[in-house]
Amino acid sequence: MTCLPGKTDKALGLVIDLDTCVGCQACVTACKGWNDQGYGAPLSDQNPYGAEPSGTFLNRVHSYQVQPDAAAPMIVNFPRSCLHCADAPCVTVCPTGASYKRAEDGIVLVNEDACIGCGLCAWACPYGAREMDADAGVMKKCTLCVDRIYNDTLPEVDREPACVRTCPTGARHFGDLADPTSAVSQLVAARAGYDLMPEQATRPTNKYLPPRQKDRPDQASLLAPLLDIKATGFAGWLDRVLGKI
Amino acid sequence: MNPAPSVIVFTVLSGMGFGYLALLATFHDYSGAAAFWHWAFGYVLATIGLMASVFHLGNPQRAWRAFTQWRSSWLSREAWGAVLTLLAFAPLALSDWLGLGLPRGFGWLGAALALATVLATGMIYAQIRAVPRWHHWSVPLLFLAYAVAGGCLLAGFRVSAILALVAVAITLWLHWRIGDGAFARAGSTLGSATGLGARGAVSVFEPAHTAGSYLLREMIYVVGRRHVPKLRMLALGAGVAAPVLALLLVPGTAGFGLAILLYLVGALAQRWLFFAQAEHVVGLYYGKR
Repeated sequence: MTCLPGKTDKALGLVIDLDTCVGCQACVTACKGWNDQGYGAPLSDQNPYGAEPSGTFLNRVHSYQVQPDAAAPMIVNFPRSCLHCADAPCVTVCPTGASYKRAEDGIVLVNEDACIGCGLCAWACPYGAREMDADAGVMKKCTLCVDRIYNDTLPEVDREPACVRTCPTGARHFGDLADPTSAVSQLVAARAGYDLMPEQATRPTNKYLPPRQKDRPDQASLLAPLLDIKATGFAGWLDRVLGKI
Repeated sequence: MNPAPSVIVFTVLSGMGFGYLALLATFHDYSGAAAFWHWAFGYVLATIGLMASVFHLGNPQRAWRAFTQWRSSWLSREAWGAVLTLLAFAPLALSDWLGLGLPRGFGWLGAALALATVLATGMIYAQIRAVPRWHHWSVPLLFLAYAVAGGCLLAGFRVSAILALVAVAITLWLHWRIGDGAFARAGSTLGSATGLGARGAVSVFEPAHTAGSYLLREMIYVVGRRHVPKLRMLALGAGVAAPVLALLLVPGTAGFGLAILLYLVGALAQRWLFFAQAEHVVGLYYGKR
């Protein structure tokens, strides 16, 4: 049944740090690479080398400009993927039971063998997290790399989502957000992590950490002490002699 | 939202078909061959619509699975409603055709199911909070009004058809008036979508991808929005005012034939606009609506 589980034992999800994301798109590539193999229909591309390429992606990185009233504008790179919502509207609209939220860990998944490709779940998602695969005709979405995180055949260090494993700046964190003692929960508490579009009443599991305030232009440069060079040795003697002439 | 032709044809024809079947079962009393042809026509209309809806599926061979989630999904409820309605009318249709004398009261069950099915169709759209223009009770009301008006036209009830068309016009006006401010009232902005709104004005610096995607094609369909006033005039003028005039001025079957054609033009224009004009909040991430 596509009714939502009342409560999940865990709430596995991602915490994305907008302060450290550099917008390199490595997570997009890693996600596409991992999901081309193994779990479900591979993420297909249409006309990949043609004039109008198109393809299925589960993770996309946007880039926004924020212009404060009285400060320099800021560029924020913004990864967007499934938030594994507690009140996932994509699950309840599904007519076939293909779309479901797991009671044990809260991951929202699609059973592709039961998906008829009606697209209603993608309409119901406010975040654009679901994309219909044009080749397979089934709905694709972030699986939180369910085929990695529980995979005993992988080295332990690799048992996290591909996007998290690959992020070169450590901007992506994976863990149980239902456990207040977990590293991700503490990170969210320390950095005031927030939900996207709370007015859509989806109660997302994934949290975003806001960019830190940048230095003001009138504040002294961090490099200032290094620029005050005191010459020593021969250069110091030369400095003194030349100063006296 | 992308106005898929199959969905537009489906919602217009099946709505009209269910409206017609409901009236055939409750207010008409055909017998013999006439009954056969009238019932067959109603069944064909409703079924063509249902068949059309299957064509926009990615995997139509699994369509039977859509009957499993009636407890949570309006789409599943619609599928059940459609099949139950067609089954509920069957004994009465046979009785009319073969003269078995089943009481007319039997038709009310089917009529209630037919209206419930149309209501479920409307709820499929009205339940979607991410499309603020649709997330309102005026949407199922609009689908019901169109179904009843279409049914009255096909059933040949002149006064009822005129009244139903007036109801369509009022509901359309209400739906447009409420819908036009719905996105702003929903409160979703690029600021809330990114969570950065409190810091300052957020705008798109670079798109996530330069090529097209499913999201852009499906949710951020902007073609129809340029022609909104013209399409609204078409929906109201051709779809409501003109059929009313045809019913008032042209006597006999010709008036109904003309009115039905005009109604179809208006209903198709309205349904196209219904999808094309609806803005999904995901468009915010792309700096579009």
